[in-house]
Amino acid sequence: MAPRHLPVGSFVRIDKHDLQSILDSLSQRGYRTIGPRLRDDAMVYDELTRVSDLPIGYIDEQDGGRYRVVSDPQQRWFGYVVGPHSLKNFVFPPHETLLRSHRDADGLWSTQTELPETRPVAVLGVRSCDLRALRVQDRVFLEGPYVDVHYQSRREPLFLVAVNCARAAATCFCHSMKTGPAVRGGHDLALTEFVDHFVIEVGSDTGGEVVTETNWTPCTIEEVQAANDVPQRLSSAMQLRDKTLPASSAGDVEVDHPNGRYLDIRGIRELLLDNLEHARWQAVGKRCLSCANCTMVCPTCFCSSVEEVASLTQDNVERKRSWASCFTAEHSYMNSGTVRKTTASRYRQWLTHKLATWHDQFGQSGCVGCGRCITWCPVGIDLTVEVAALRGDKS
Amino acid sequence: MMSAAMDHRASSPWTVHWANISKMAAEVPGVTTYELTFGDPLIAREYQFSPGQFNMLYLPGVGESAISISSDPAEPEKLEHTVRVAGNVTRAMSRLHVGDQIGIRGPYGSAWPMRSCREHDVVIACGGIGLAPLRPAIHHIIHHRDDYGRVYLLYGARTAKDLLYTEQYDAWRNAGIEVEVTVDIGDAEYRGHIGVVPILFYRLRLKPERTRVLTCGPEVMMRFVIFEALARKIKRDHIHVSMERNMSCAVGLCGHCQLGPTFVCKDGPVFTYQALEPYLNLENF
Repeated sequence: MAPRHLPVGSFVRIDKHDLQSILDSLSQRGYRTIGPRLRDDAMVYDELTRVSDLPIGYIDEQDGGRYRVVSDPQQRWFGYVVGPHSLKNFVFPPHETLLRSHRDADGLWSTQTELPETRPVAVLGVRSCDLRALRVQDRVFLEGPYVDVHYQSRREPLFLVAVNCARAAATCFCHSMKTGPAVRGGHDLALTEFVDHFVIEVGSDTGGEVVTETNWTPCTIEEVQAANDVPQRLSSAMQLRDKTLPASSAGDVEVDHPNGRYLDIRGIRELLLDNLEHARWQAVGKRCLSCANCTMVCPTCFCSSVEEVASLTQDNVERKRSWASCFTAEHSYMNSGTVRKTTASRYRQWLTHKLATWHDQFGQSGCVGCGRCITWCPVGIDLTVEVAALRGDKS
Repeated sequence: MMSAAMDHRASSPWTVHWANISKMAAEVPGVTTYELTFGDPLIAREYQFSPGQFNMLYLPGVGESAISISSDPAEPEKLEHTVRVAGNVTRAMSRLHVGDQIGIRGPYGSAWPMRSCREHDVVIACGGIGLAPLRPAIHHIIHHRDDYGRVYLLYGARTAKDLLYTEQYDAWRNAGIEVEVTVDIGDAEYRGHIGVVPILFYRLRLKPERTRVLTCGPEVMMRFVIFEALARKIKRDHIHVSMERNMSCAVGLCGHCQLGPTFVCKDGPVFTYQALEPYLNLENF
């Protein structure tokens, strides 16, 4: 019997405004629909029920310590790239209750695990780097000897509508990390934007069911090819950008110049771990404010702290988990003192974990090349520059 | 061990099991041993641990603290933790009474290599509260005394009044463990050795190829124990250290206890020196 919905791997075309029916279909299926919204001069993820609320006609300019929203002469729907939020905000939220304890009238304690609300989330506009970052977090929270059931309960029903990037910010280096720009797996649907239409690749059965309910037409081979070409041309342009830095054209594809990023990942684990006492750590430690912004915006950073929140009578106590950062003194605090006392040692911890020891722990890099840590660093510290400095001078 | 066979993946790692304090014994100033008995008879029956493992002890409204298990693994129903008052949780524990409740998650972490220590001479070198996580290993060795060669306990504390479990040393000696004790600061009544723990190595005639070292104590003490062991040509992977870091979740999810490529909570706390060598002497690492 033929499937009642579009099978995984099929490509269809919808008119741009029919994206609304996909949102509607997701809402009807009980999803809380999330998408990019323009808030406080930045593209953030927030509730999105009408496609007209997308930041249509805006793009972002990003550089070290710099983020600006500007108008897009091409009036694209998804011309911007990644903002300060990522999928982490929805599967591993900044604050959540893990456990509740109650002391009864006899003074006896009992506890129950607090699981999050069950309403599943659908996110529209997810980029390849963020899909890969989600896989990195899956490895941490789901695939070790212990499963984080709070993460799991949000992660499993997550519905993801990805977008193939057609444009890279100056801070993007997914091409170096081999995490983009083309969407390759982990999505329910993947959109490629054109002037009047989207090409949609079906990535899951649920995705197929959702698209089947919209006003779709089959893609011609040419349309599929054109969709594949969009991220492919961007990828080529990003690679060309590496060769033509700092300031020349990268063909006809729009790649922000002149500060495009590139990270040479050859032997990077050994490069970092063999240089733990390099003078560069002290130099970057002098610039770093230890503000933790990089760890907050990083889509893979998973550190957290748990605190006790008690009622006035102390009879009801919640254990609340919040994002934590290796840039704080309390992160490595023991009663015998703080292990990492200096900013330089905290930056070294963060970068060596992200790019080197993550491989030991999880068999992959902790960096997906999204560039958020560069953009949102108040002083514009750039990990690609720091790694290049270690590579250039191993004294 | 039962604990290893349990399916950790089936339930929330944050699940707390409630226990009551069945005994409290003041050890030395600021240190108390708590015997805990699980309220749930099923947990009480199934709970097992290996020497060197730890539990997360929980007081609602105060928090959790990683505390090593200090009792005999052959008698898991008499689950003991020897706790030094050091922070909020341990201070609040010191104000509890027999019958009060404590939440437990565990056991967690790696164990002393009791199996690979068989047919070896074993040097147990520890300082201060660092004897507590090694006492289960001492119990284990005594239960299986013929499996091990010569066994030395080198133990030191700040003063004679800070030496833990002194009433048990004779029993340990009678069971075939050579106990050498030292203190940093002597007093008028103290007649024993004065000096730091690593110096006690000079009293031993070790056969390096058949010796294993188990050490737990302040990091600086362990570094010098390692120095003495290496000076005696003991292999790097025959030196086992129990590390302390900020273990908060105990299951490798919170990130606080990282030490280089390891999570001390789940990859440790017991490591071979070989595994930690690149990182142990780095300042602020």
